[in-house]
Amino acid sequence: MNSNYHVVIIGGGSTGAAIVHDLVLRGLKVTLVERGELTSGTAGRHHGLLHSGGRYAVKDQESAKECIEENLILRKIAPGSFEENDGLFVAITDEDVAYKDTFLQGCAECGIPTRELTAKEALLLEPNLNPKTKLAIQVPDATMDCWRLPMRFFATAKQNGADIRPYTEVIGLLKQNSTVTGVHVRSHVTGKEYDIKADLVVNATGAWAEKLSEMADARVPVRPTPGVLVAVYGRWNNMVLNRLNRPSDGDIIVPQRELSVIGTSSWFAPDPDRLGLPMEHVERMYERGSQLVPGVKYARMRAAWSAARPLLGEASPTVGGRDLPRTFKCFDHKERDGIEGLVTITGGKGTTMRAMAETTSDVVCDKLGVDAVCRTREVVLLPYWAYYQ
Amino acid sequence: MSDEVIGRPDPKTPVSVKILRYKPGAIDPPRYDTFQVDADPLMTVLDALEEIRATQDSTLAYRHSCHHASCGTCAMKVNGKEVLSCVTNVLEQGTDVIVVEPLGTMPLVTDLVVDMGDFARRYEPAGLSFIRESEYLTEAQTPEGVDHHTRFESCIECGICLSACPVANTNASFIGPAGLAAYYRAMVKGDGEATDILAAVDTDCGVWGCHGAMECTEACPSQVEPGDLIMYLRREVVKSKLPWNH
Repeated sequence: MNSNYHVVIIGGGSTGAAIVHDLVLRGLKVTLVERGELTSGTAGRHHGLLHSGGRYAVKDQESAKECIEENLILRKIAPGSFEENDGLFVAITDEDVAYKDTFLQGCAECGIPTRELTAKEALLLEPNLNPKTKLAIQVPDATMDCWRLPMRFFATAKQNGADIRPYTEVIGLLKQNSTVTGVHVRSHVTGKEYDIKADLVVNATGAWAEKLSEMADARVPVRPTPGVLVAVYGRWNNMVLNRLNRPSDGDIIVPQRELSVIGTSSWFAPDPDRLGLPMEHVERMYERGSQLVPGVKYARMRAAWSAARPLLGEASPTVGGRDLPRTFKCFDHKERDGIEGLVTITGGKGTTMRAMAETTSDVVCDKLGVDAVCRTREVVLLPYWAYYQ
Repeated sequence: MSDEVIGRPDPKTPVSVKILRYKPGAIDPPRYDTFQVDADPLMTVLDALEEIRATQDSTLAYRHSCHHASCGTCAMKVNGKEVLSCVTNVLEQGTDVIVVEPLGTMPLVTDLVVDMGDFARRYEPAGLSFIRESEYLTEAQTPEGVDHHTRFESCIECGICLSACPVANTNASFIGPAGLAAYYRAMVKGDGEATDILAAVDTDCGVWGCHGAMECTEACPSQVEPGDLIMYLRREVVKSKLPWNH
């Protein structure tokens, strides 16, 4: 019955992956188009941190609460996609120590479990930590596989009947008066152009959301906010290490496989396709990272790259990327711009991909008059290989 | 903080990138297209492809995701050798022209994209467990609530070994280096009965299909060393058949 409705999702990142999974479970007919390879935008190249929410517990509590709730759900529906070694917020200076009570209070308010450790206890857990460590707080952070986790959503959706088309770029929107009725695409496999009709189009293009919505003369307040990440050889820590202080540059080291990933920095980029890779940011990752783990200063670099966060916020000369919230928002362009048939989801984080999809799918079903409940909190995802079967 | 246009490091060196192009029915048979890029000291082959797609040809198709050698999607041939393009520095190639081609063995889909279904078909029967115990910092205590430190497996299923393997290239039923290495891991981790695992690889499509060229071990970007693991499995198969072991 529900499959009488056809939804087209634009964007094959983690948000698109979770939405196509959610909508197919609700019985809708769904086609997802992505201009390049799946998860080739921000999704695959973020830090790989399954947030406990600790990082946002003081200044961005809405996001912190989303993180801890989704952290627990994702572990349940995607077992095997995380290195579950927990994380530490580490105090190295007196200023860090002074931040402890604020941090613990924030975590308590957001429902994030914490455990205080002395310097000695912390160094027994992580022998490579800065010997000047004064104390640490354990939180349920984890490492996620940035590529295989969203691919498990795609795999499950595909096995449940979704039509997923990578290398298919939207070059225009089909419109009747002020209603979006589908997408005009070009296949980068065959070179051919064609139309896909839709009852509703979802713009899940993350940092590209504004570029896309401009095709419909709609506006989305998204700011592509890249940061530099540096992966060094060797696993210098087994737990995720965070600096116990306000979020800043190079203050997290996420271990992953046989690498340690130091991140990140923050600036506004006008074009999400050309982020750049400033050398001084690469050097800053080494310098700041070595405050947490002195040894990484001498570790050989495996890779340095930039990834664009899709942060919510209007352009303003006084607001920096660190001040923008990490929450997400679903925009119905009917209410916002008088344009029917188009919904945009942006903001958010890898950790909150499932929640972003639930919110968006609720809006989609509401607009189409479909009565179906969300099942993504319970359905265990298939292995990612199922995508290729 | 205002909008900043932050570029890439200096100095820039002009380099030609010669890329195999294929669009079934459109660019068919395949051909090479050559593009010019200004390579900086940190520019990888993947960065060069990104720059070409953003500024010169938006139809260029290639696989990529993590940009730090962890996902395995961006494997391709650079100057004839299988590599992860995200950690292959352009200027370190030392050539004025960089030749970029898709992996071999697996069927070509478009441009630099191959069908990973072929890899999955050979690899998946081994049974996949992506998590192992971390062998790093074994002296460290584990935090409360964590029994033992874990990490993701080193194999990133990139397909490089399958492309480099002379046997896999000509024999579609050969399990291939990554699949046999996965059987090895299943055995040492105790995922399944050792006798079942040895029976699964004791075939001409399994460990006896390998010609010992060791191209897989040479090409593997993650030090999985599949060739060595195939030799280990052979020893285990033979040992299990010796009469005094029964």
